[in-house]
Amino acid sequence: MKTFTYEKAATPEAAVKDIDTSGAKFIAGGTNLLDLMKLQVETPDKLVDISRLDLAKIEEREDGGLTIGALVPNSDLAADRRVVAKYEVLSRALLAGASGQLRNKATTGGNLLQRTRCYYFYDTAAACNKREPGSGCSAIGGFNRILAVLGTSEHCIATHPSDMAVAMRALDATIVTLKADGDRRRISIHDFYRLPGDTPQIENALEAGELITHIELPAPPKGKQEYRKVRDRASYAFALVSVAAVVDVQNGVIASASLAFGGLGPMPWRNPAVEAALVGKAPSDAVFEAAATALLADAKGYGSNDFKIPLARRTLIATLRNVTGA
Amino acid sequence: MHFTINGQSYDVEPDIRTSVLDLCREHLGLTGSKKGCDHGQCGACTVLINGRRVNSCLTLAVMHQDDEITTIEGIGQPGNLHALQEAFVRHDGYQCGYCTPGQICSAVGMLDEVKKGWASHASGDLTDPKFDDAEISERMSGNLCRCAAYPNIVDAIREVGGAEPAGRTADEKDAAMEANARGELVA
Ligand SMILES: Cc1cc2nc3c(=O)[nH]c(=O)nc-3n(C[C@H](O)[C@H](O)[C@H](O)COP(=O)(O)OP(=O)(O)OC[C@H]3O[C@@H](n4cnc5c(N)ncnc54)[C@H](O)[C@@H]3O)c2cc1C
Ligand code: SF4
Ligand code: FES
Ligand code: FES
Repeated sequence: MKTFTYEKAATPEAAVKDIDTSGAKFIAGGTNLLDLMKLQVETPDKLVDISRLDLAKIEEREDGGLTIGALVPNSDLAADRRVVAKYEVLSRALLAGASGQLRNKATTGGNLLQRTRCYYFYDTAAACNKREPGSGCSAIGGFNRILAVLGTSEHCIATHPSDMAVAMRALDATIVTLKADGDRRRISIHDFYRLPGDTPQIENALEAGELITHIELPAPPKGKQEYRKVRDRASYAFALVSVAAVVDVQNGVIASASLAFGGLGPMPWRNPAVEAALVGKAPSDAVFEAAATALLADAKGYGSNDFKIPLARRTLIATLRNVTGA
Repeated sequence: MHFTINGQSYDVEPDIRTSVLDLCREHLGLTGSKKGCDHGQCGACTVLINGRRVNSCLTLAVMHQDDEITTIEGIGQPGNLHALQEAFVRHDGYQCGYCTPGQICSAVGMLDEVKKGWASHASGDLTDPKFDDAEISERMSGNLCRCAAYPNIVDAIREVGGAEPAGRTADEKDAAMEANARGELVA
């Protein structure tokens, strides 16, 4: 690990001021950043410790939604009785991720910003455009079983590994930030993540030194919620494919549907065409097949991850059968 | 830097990069916590910080100067064993023992989570989690055991945690043990 200077921030305003070099980084739970620092994939010259900021509360808003502090640990968010009662898909996604120990440390903000688990991103001896822009992508033509089939580019085929963010995307979350100049921003999760294009090192809309302070969930959506995760072992493994579903059936017809996907793309994936294939229709396998076809129309396998395309189809259909009772 | 570990105060000046795990093992002689992977993947380094189980390899010591850290040395001592330590001995919940301090610290934290009513991925109803063998396996999945002592670890934790027994026969238990040794996940 490269050495660094350390500063513990007392307030969010002080934290953004403490990011005063281009190599400075916030540290929250540290479960992703320290992992990457040990391998010198990340080499910050300064760590600004935000773990003790007063941003660890979950509050109800007047509009019926929830405001979640960026430092709320994943465990606490999953166990919060309001989340369990009204945003079960979020609790389920969190509980499907990592381990009890990691969830106790991992934070809401850090989880959104965790980096890909692409093997070559972790291997500093390998070419990787995300880690070393311009060096090439070892995963294309290499071991890519866990990588993306949607939203890829010739420069990077990494997936975003979070489970929580998939549920957040299905729930239309908004990310609230504080910038170094004191300005606040509200960014819809739908605009937060970036496709790799020819700049896979840029993963989201945050500016240098911008701090996530809160995540807002709108009032709970109508319908049944489910998070289904398919992985290589029964627990403690990242998703190969996951589906977060919120589907409302009224009088035998799908009145609304919100579906987001993990393990398939460089960001928690959502495609309005999938929902359009469902809404207004009576639930049936033919309708679910059409939704899967809409999801996977542009899917592209890279060899060892080809299996994800039929797996995503089957996982989506199984999830839809379950939430609609069809 | 100042630390409180197992109720004792320590003043040391480790390198800024030192993890809580390396602080305990390399600077304070508390070698009970083990380093399996150093990347959050095995659970051998599990300790309690302010009563919550965490991976001590993935957390910086400098960030925990004001916290209560508990390692296996603080859970129980020879002649004064914690109920889980006794149960691990009674049920033979280990072979080489390398993962055991992490397993026990993790189980202490986990049983507290159960008491608080936290559900898990194995819970059918998140508002009313049952505590059974499937729950124990899921909740302990962050602790790997290279010797595959899982069935006996589950037995030890079940006994202390008061979970409903799976009612496994001796033969079924042997089969589960063999399946685990082959790398299959069996509660
Ligand atoms: C073995 C293992 C298995 C795992 N399995 C899963 C899994 O199955 N599913 C899953 O979803 N995740 C999994 N994870 C990942 C885990 O969820 C993340 O490591 C964790 O959520 C990151 O949160 P953190 O608070 O520790 O982030 P940190 O490591 O502290 O930070 C991560 C990044 O975010 C930045 N950051 C943190 N907070 C803020 C903020 N408020 N504002 C701006 N920037 C910020 C940091 O600068 C850093 O770049 C696993 C991790 C490990 C080690
Ligand atoms: S897929 Fe992306 S992260 Fe992986 S090697 Fe290629 S550029 Fe790097
Ligand atoms: S040594 Fe910490 S999890 Fe393996
Ligand atoms: S007893 Fe050997 S690793 Fe668990």
